[in-house]
Amino acid sequence: MEQVIANGLYLGAQYALIALGLTLIFALMNVLNFAHGQMYVLGGFVTYSIYGQLKLPFALALVCSGVTLAIIGALMEKFLFRTVIRRSKREESTMLLAAATAFFLDAVILLLFGEKQRGVPKIVSGVFVSDWVILPYDRIVVGVIAILMIAAFVLYMQYSKPGRAMRALAQDRIAAQLMGVKVDRYSMIGFALGAMLAGVVGGLLVSITGVNSGIGGPISIKAFLMVMIGGAGVVGGAIAGGFILGMMESVGLTVLREYGDVTYLVIFALLMVFLSIRPNGLMGKPWG
Amino acid sequence: MGSEMINRRSTLKSLALGAVSVLAIAAGGTLSAQAENKELKIGFVGVTSGPAAAWGTSNVRSMQTRADWINETGGVKIGGDTYNITIVTFDDQKDPKRAIAGMEKMAQEGIHYVVGPNVDDGAAAVRPVAESKGIIYFPYAFPKSLYVAPASNAVLGMVANYQSGPAIYKYLMKNKGVKKVAFIAANESDPLSQRDSGVAAAKALGLEVVAETDTYQNDTRDFTPVLTPIVQLKPDLLVLSGVAPANAPLLIRAARELGYQGLISAETAQDATVLQEGAGELANGFISVGGASTPEIRTPMMKEFIDRYTKKFGEYNDESNTKVYALEYIIETLKANPKAIDNVDEFKKTMDTFSAPNPFAKGSTLKYVGMTSFGQKRQVSVPMVVTEFKDGAFQTLFVGEVD
Repeated sequence: MEQVIANGLYLGAQYALIALGLTLIFALMNVLNFAHGQMYVLGGFVTYSIYGQLKLPFALALVCSGVTLAIIGALMEKFLFRTVIRRSKREESTMLLAAATAFFLDAVILLLFGEKQRGVPKIVSGVFVSDWVILPYDRIVVGVIAILMIAAFVLYMQYSKPGRAMRALAQDRIAAQLMGVKVDRYSMIGFALGAMLAGVVGGLLVSITGVNSGIGGPISIKAFLMVMIGGAGVVGGAIAGGFILGMMESVGLTVLREYGDVTYLVIFALLMVFLSIRPNGLMGKPWG
Repeated sequence: MGSEMINRRSTLKSLALGAVSVLAIAAGGTLSAQAENKELKIGFVGVTSGPAAAWGTSNVRSMQTRADWINETGGVKIGGDTYNITIVTFDDQKDPKRAIAGMEKMAQEGIHYVVGPNVDDGAAAVRPVAESKGIIYFPYAFPKSLYVAPASNAVLGMVANYQSGPAIYKYLMKNKGVKKVAFIAANESDPLSQRDSGVAAAKALGLEVVAETDTYQNDTRDFTPVLTPIVQLKPDLLVLSGVAPANAPLLIRAARELGYQGLISAETAQDATVLQEGAGELANGFISVGGASTPEIRTPMMKEFIDRYTKKFGEYNDESNTKVYALEYIIETLKANPKAIDNVDEFKKTMDTFSAPNPFAKGSTLKYVGMTSFGQKRQVSVPMVVTEFKDGAFQTLFVGEVD
């Protein structure tokens, strides 16, 4: 059972990190970013190119993934989402734009990086073995980095000036504007930050699970699942959703294995019941 | 002066006329040379996007490489006509509804020979369209119902797992002392049906099957939770039924990191680079049906195909060792019976007796097989090369043949 819990905690940490960027963008702009998974994939491929192909340090590759996606996110916000939000009063316009962006990025990634699964050399070799648990060192490192990044993100949002401004925006956009918060600027920073998180986690996990051009859609779906569990637009909710999903997967795959592939069936059934009782998820309330 | 001018003008005019004539003749010559060759369209309906994109992409790229090569060398002579090959592709996104739409599109374009689809449900879905519109198609899907009469338009494009599986298990029982086997498959129709036939074959051989219901979602990225309970059963052999090339290294790596020390095998073709990048030395010893070509049996033509593919697309895909064959079979059969160019009944007649030298493998013949498995010749014969992965490359364990 210790192994199952360790698997669940590791999965939860990476899931939480994936969900954070998605929930941030939703909180700030009310945009369901369907391209989140594709941003993750792009981040993975940047790390693959720099660390796996050019043999430069992993840390540098990770920074490049973050910066690349931050720039792409900022440009997307400035030239696409901001324009659509300004011109259209219908919320589904941004959803359609996000879906189109996802398809576009899918095609570009396939064109640039090909159809094959890609992987990079392990960042740390060896496996930790005890009587209770077996865990490769690289997973421990990635899990610790994920938890540190989550903590850093929470502190940044809590105590930095841009963090406070973004929280104010998420709470009440008009009130924040009236109080002098530069809405356009902080929306762009928030979108860039969300995209950057997707890129960094994509880069981080390429060392464990590799990357291929077709996984963007499934990653987005899983991220939405976590956000629905935790509550859309709430940082704590995304973290909780990630860990709950990770643990449910790990426990379900062990306990229910005799019944075939019913783990996700059970998770979805539970989610439907849960959402009918708490439609806003665990912490579904305006951020702040 | 005047006559000089006239002369110069005449000379210039003559030169211009001459140049135009030369250009016209050259252009006419080129046009007539192009016009000489007719166009033979061959279709592809399969998956070239999403997580299974590698399967269909290796098909398309093999077909395009071979078609370009044929066209570059003057086309292919079928009967009294010479044809340039045009490949018409359709991405079905692994969706049976789109596969049907793709096959309809092929019919609208007057195409009679189609490679694909890549998966079971797509191959089953297109059957009514193919049969009603007179299309012979070459799926990479294993359900016997596609190839057993009254079905007659599908031709299996590779070796099925129920043909390679027993051969691999027998080899491992004899040479590696395998007694206990565990199966794991993605929760999709192809891998599940492959798992079921693998389990049946293993039981028929007297192997103890310790896990036969374990599955995973095809988009799983971390296989540790899925494999944890299986590894604890300590099987001698872990069979990755119908595993996609993208998932194989992840499964191998997770199993090894959990301390699994037994053998791992798959009955689907894999890619050496993908295994090396994704699992490194942990993939050493992995056994698979490694495509119908290894350096030992490769002909110079296969080597040139690999070179051309690599030049055209930047990187070779080992799956193309098998995928190169379908187009070759279509062309060679049409050459053997030119009437089949627009008549699939003629094609079917020829399949029963067709035989030609295999241009890609030494000591091998192109012929249709499948009598034992399907009761009729509805499978292309490709060498069944069982390989072991070692240090970034596949090494031949043994070569078999399907009858």
